[in-house]
Formats: sequence, C-alpha cells, structure tokens
Amino acid sequence: MSDTILDINKDNKEENVKLEVNNLNLFYGQFQALHNISMNIKANKITALIGPSGCGKSTFLKTLNRMNDLEENVSINGELKLDNTDIYKEMDALELRKRVGMVFQQPNPFPKTIYDNVAYGPRINGIKKKAQLDEIVERSLRQAAIWDELKDRLHKSALGLSGGQQQRLCIARTLAVEPEVVLMDEPTSALDPISTSKIEELANELKKKYTIVIVTHNMQQALRVADDTAFFLLGELIEFRDTKKLFSYPMDKRTEDYITGRFG
Amino acid sequence: MNDKRKGIQRAKRINTAMTAILYLIGGSILLLIFVLAAYIIIKGLLSYYPGILSTDRNGILNQLFNTIYLVFLSLLISVPLGVLAGIYMAEYAKENKLTRFLRICIESLSSLPSIVIGLFGYLVLILMTGANWNLMAGAITVSILSLPAITTTTEDAIRALPKSYKQASMALSATQWTSIVKVLLPAASKRIITGIILAAGRGFGEAAALLYTAGQSTRLNWSNWDLTAKTCPLNPFRPGETLSLHIWLMRTEGSLNPHSEQIANFSAMVLVIMVLLFSLTARILSNKINSKKTGLKE
Repeated sequence: MSDTILDINKDNKEENVKLEVNNLNLFYGQFQALHNISMNIKANKITALIGPSGCGKSTFLKTLNRMNDLEENVSINGELKLDNTDIYKEMDALELRKRVGMVFQQPNPFPKTIYDNVAYGPRINGIKKKAQLDEIVERSLRQAAIWDELKDRLHKSALGLSGGQQQRLCIARTLAVEPEVVLMDEPTSALDPISTSKIEELANELKKKYTIVIVTHNMQQALRVADDTAFFLLGELIEFRDTKKLFSYPMDKRTEDYITGRFG
Repeated sequence: MNDKRKGIQRAKRINTAMTAILYLIGGSILLLIFVLAAYIIIKGLLSYYPGILSTDRNGILNQLFNTIYLVFLSLLISVPLGVLAGIYMAEYAKENKLTRFLRICIESLSSLPSIVIGLFGYLVLILMTGANWNLMAGAITVSILSLPAITTTTEDAIRALPKSYKQASMALSATQWTSIVKVLLPAASKRIITGIILAAGRGFGEAAALLYTAGQSTRLNWSNWDLTAKTCPLNPFRPGETLSLHIWLMRTEGSLNPHSEQIANFSAMVLVIMVLLFSLTARILSNKINSKKTGLKE
C-alpha cells in the first residue's frame, strides 16, 4: 500500500467523494485477486481504470455494485462506502444496484422490444402506470442520446439494432433506474470507432448528473474521457491521479512502462 | 504443389458425397413420415361409416373427448412441475453429488417402459386408494412419463441462454426469481413449448400406461353435468378410455365388434390428425406471443 501513488487524495478533501474504498482485498477461493486497494472516487467525474488483462480492474469494478456476489467462492474484506455508507455491511445488494448501475462489455439487451428493455428496471421496481413509464423511457433514451434514432421503432426488437445502438440502449436501460453511479466495463471494446466516439461523448454528457467509473483497455480513451485514472497491475493499485498528470508525468516506473507500451 | 491440389480435390469430393448422403437420409425420413401418414389417413377415410363420429357404442367421439381431456389434465400436472424442476436444475442446483444423482434419476425415468409406470400407477392410484379406474389416475401416470421431457427441455433451454441476460437483469436490481420470470422464461419459452408438445404427444399416444389406470370403458351421458356423476363427461374421477387404447382394444378383445377394424383404422387417422393439429396450434400460438413480446417478426 505504501508504494501506491495517491497524490489525488490530497486535494480530495474539498471535492465530493462518492465512493470511498479502504484496504479492499478480494479472494477467489485461495487466490487473492485484489490487494489492499484504497481510492476515492469523486462525484460527477469520470474515473478510468486501466491496466493489462487480468490486473483486477474489472473485478474491482464489480465489487462496486456487488455483482461478484453472484459468483461462488468470492470473499472480500476491507471497506467500501457509497456516500459514507458501507455497501457490504450496511446496505442491501438490491438497494445498492438501484443506486449503482452497470453497463457491460458486450451490449446485452434483453430479447424484448426497445421499450420493454428500458422499462424493465422501473417495472420491476413497481412502476406500472403507462404514462409514467412512457415518460421514463423517453427521458432515458434522450439521456443516452438515442431517442431520435429509436423513437419510431420503440416496439420493435432491441436485437435488431446495431452494436453501438444496442450499447446506448443498455446505457438508457441503466439510466431508467435513476442510479447515482454508472459503472462501465469496457463499454466500447466490441464497437466500431464511430459508435465508440458516440459513447465517449455520451459519458462526458452524463457526468453532469452521474458519477462514472469506466474500465478500459484503451489508454487513448482514458486520456480522452477520464478526469482521474487508476492504473492496476497484478491486483494492485499502482497509481491513481488526475488523468493528464498520470499520462504526462507517471510517477511509478511500472505506470510509465505500461502507458508507453513497454508491456501489457 | 500437386499434392496440395490433389488433397483439395479429394476434400471437395468427400464434401459433395457427404452432402448427397445427408440429403438422402433427410429425404427418406420425410418420405417415411409422409407415406406413413398418408397410409393411415387413406385407410382411415376408407373405413368411414355413418355413426363412427358419434357418441354411440360404435362411435369414437367419447374416446376422442377422453383423450383430449386426459392430455389436458396431465399437462395441468406435468407442465408446472416440469418447468419448476427445470428451473431448479438450471438455476438453483449446485454441481454436486445430489444434483448428479438427480440428473441420473430424471434420465432413467425418461427411459422406463410405460407399462412399468402404468402398473405403478395402478398399484398406487387405484389399488392403494381403493378407487375405480379413472381419468385422473391416468393423467397422473402420463405426467410421470412426460415429466422428464419437460424438465430436461426447460433446463436445457434456460442453460442455452446467454449469461448476460441474467447479469443485466440482476444489475438492474432484480432478484434471481424476478430475472427468471421476467427475462429467462420468456426468452426460453419457444424451446420449452417444444418440450410441452413432446410431452403432450406422449399423452395422445400412450396406451400401456393407461390400461390399468384410466380404464377401458366409457359410458358418458352428455346431458349430465353433475361433476360427481359417473357419467358426467367432465368428471375427472370417472373411467375414461382414450383413443389409442381404443385402437388396441379393437384389435384385440374388441374384435367381436363387427366394426372393430374400421373403428381402429378411423381412430388411428383421427389420432394422427389431432397430434398434428395440436403441434401446429401450439407452435403458431407460441410464435404469435413471442413476436408480440419481442417485437421480432417471424
């Protein structure tokens, strides 16, 4: 822990901390996948998690909305707080997932209509009135910048959309639950460059209202969209700073090697 | 270079030959089904006589009704049980000894001879309860036979779905059960319906398992709607001979009946047409519901 470079925490005090992680360890059975992670994720910022495959960045992302509860043999210790409430000890997983939504690597719309995809979250949370659902569907699709493309085909299958449209639909579906934090697990890795840039613009727009944490393989992407960037290696958080500083003056040799393409 | 070209040509020849063989096999299966159906239907039509489509002693309408009613009753039992069991196997059962043992049980159940299940039904549902032969006992016995098919197809259908459906649903703060009911089951419904059609087919065609459970007699009074009456058509606790059993009887003990051969032929035709109609309707219905729900046009 002592060798992690966290100068970000110094100026954190004034800014709004949304997610606070202290000494988080995660084990798959005997194997330790995350070592003593501590970081503060700021509200209304985009935080990127970068690092080579298998470094634990996606695993870490999943701890933030407890999606790894679904896997067997996972054990966790340490502290993980959302607005000062411990999400593992003081919060119900369903409650947490309403507040912390997730967008996956592969666009994963349900085999339902576009409308039913977006209305799914509100519906399972008990909203039944059509007028209210209509309103939520329109607002969410607008927020995901895809309303104009889809407004005439709301009752067609979501599976007929292109990959990029599907991913923005999935973002809309996540937003329909009105979360506070949106986690994105390599959301553009399956998309073409044009769809990718649309998602990036969208992320930039969304941070006004939401806190965004994005895992990416693409360092250019982190540089383009993220306010803060965290570099993970072998389950450890090596360096976590303002994105521009991290890329221009990496303080750890390993960070420098990674961002200059010497490994990974 | 020459060797390479020879290799490619050889592979191409094998490919052509295999394509032809596979088409031939597919074609002969189609032909077999077509010839069989045509034979049964033509023979059935030729056996027609006035009064065969009646509820008289020489008519088969009562047996036809019994068949449909029995299949309906058995599906009422086997569909909820089978689908729930399939959900359990796909979503809840952990991979351990108990689950493996359960799977072996389901597999062996599906290969048990139906006469064995029939005698089991007779022992438990007739002898032990002291009841008379009745449709309900027949329906329960047939459900035991069709349960494995429904369970296995449900399990397979759910397992075949992308993991991402459940993940996405859970990430939207749904519980596991909500995810199953609202996402997984609708997505798997087409394949599950195929399993149900197979199970129903079992009910339509079953004879051995019904011999000593549903019984071999039918005496109905179509103006009696007192559900407790022995002759009320809708009373599930009355004896009720089904069509396939009727065919068998007409070819054996019933051959004293001067019309027995015609009845057997005609019944066989009705049975074939009914199974066909049932599968078609079930498929059309499921497609309709499916395309409406998913927005996909078939």
